[in-house]
Amino acid sequence: MYDVIIVGSGPAGLTAAIYTTRDRLKTLVIAGKTWGGQLQLTTLIENFPGFPEGIQGPDLMLAMRKQAEGFGAEIVEADFSSGDFSNSPFKIMAGGKEYVGKSVIIATGTNTMWLGVPGEKEKIGHGVAACAPCDAPFFKNKNVIVVGGGNAAMEEALILANFAKEVNIVYRQEAFKRASEMMLEKIKSNPKIKLICSSEIIEILGGNKVEKVKLKNTKTNKISEMPIDGVFVAISRKPNSEAFKEIEKDEQGFIKVHDQIKTNKEGVFVAGDVHNKYYQQAIVAAGFGAMAALEVSRYLEKLK
Amino acid sequence: MADLNFTDGDFKAQVLDSKELVIVDFWAPWCGPCGMVAPVISELAQEYAGKVKIGKINVDENSQTPNEYGIMSLPSIVFFKNGQPVKTMIGVQDKVNYKQEIDALLAS
Repeated sequence: MYDVIIVGSGPAGLTAAIYTTRDRLKTLVIAGKTWGGQLQLTTLIENFPGFPEGIQGPDLMLAMRKQAEGFGAEIVEADFSSGDFSNSPFKIMAGGKEYVGKSVIIATGTNTMWLGVPGEKEKIGHGVAACAPCDAPFFKNKNVIVVGGGNAAMEEALILANFAKEVNIVYRQEAFKRASEMMLEKIKSNPKIKLICSSEIIEILGGNKVEKVKLKNTKTNKISEMPIDGVFVAISRKPNSEAFKEIEKDEQGFIKVHDQIKTNKEGVFVAGDVHNKYYQQAIVAAGFGAMAALEVSRYLEKLK
Repeated sequence: MADLNFTDGDFKAQVLDSKELVIVDFWAPWCGPCGMVAPVISELAQEYAGKVKIGKINVDENSQTPNEYGIMSLPSIVFFKNGQPVKTMIGVQDKVNYKQEIDALLAS
């Protein structure tokens, strides 16, 4: 039996694991088959303290993993499938195996939210994408669209601009209020990047690949067509919370938080983007991971 | 057993003209998720040795083949039967999913 089972292996999950193992708690991390979370799909992180030259997202995650493993965390690279959270000890199913823990930290983060427009689903991997660091080189000298208005969309656009002929950022709103000033400056000074505001994609057209999109102007409702080779989706993200049946969520699926870091079930804690929809940052997630771990220690002390 | 590496040059002989089911892992060194799939593909190659030919192709060094098959996302795992691509699996997936596809194609 584990003292704590941490579901998720992004900055929240691995920071929690560093704290719990240092507190001599027997710790299991259900890391998921794509361990390391969202930062695995990024390039240079410039705002994580301690790295004045920046650090590559995957390198940061590998370092966190090594740190957690160094203190004794066990890591299973399987996806969480279900859990019984009625009473401690809790039962967790992952990769066809059952694990039992006195406490649980849910740190499953968020996932890509697709546009849900006609023509999108069948072209994922054939021009529709959600990871510029993975797929940008396939769009060398091509024209692409990035959908979204936050920093994530800006980063995708900047990466794509290294390869593509032209990058168009399509955003529903009139102005970019969700992106940071520094990001917007970089975007505006890049001659390959164009901003298309007050517009949304309503259909993706083409045979086996993306050939054009139908755009709707959100102010005038006017519909136009635009020839394009690729569509990168970077709109708001969807919390990975569906599988946690007994845990309270809000209408968007973010886990409801009671008293900083607790869920509605005693002994089940939550950390990171899966509950924190306002500050989806690696450093914030790591901070929540530390908080959840400290709460776990207190909870286990009480159980004795 | 060392991993099998296909190239543009030997793709026809190794993959298209093969009598066996062939599984090709399209990858590149800059693709993070490719590194997560690679060990799974190596394990599958060992488990299905003699029944299925499993190998990978570096799309940085070989651009013709990925172009021909419309590969625009990595990793892409493509199953070839009698010279034809019959199934493509994109992104990192569970080993069980790959095994299910292989078993289904071997049975058909």
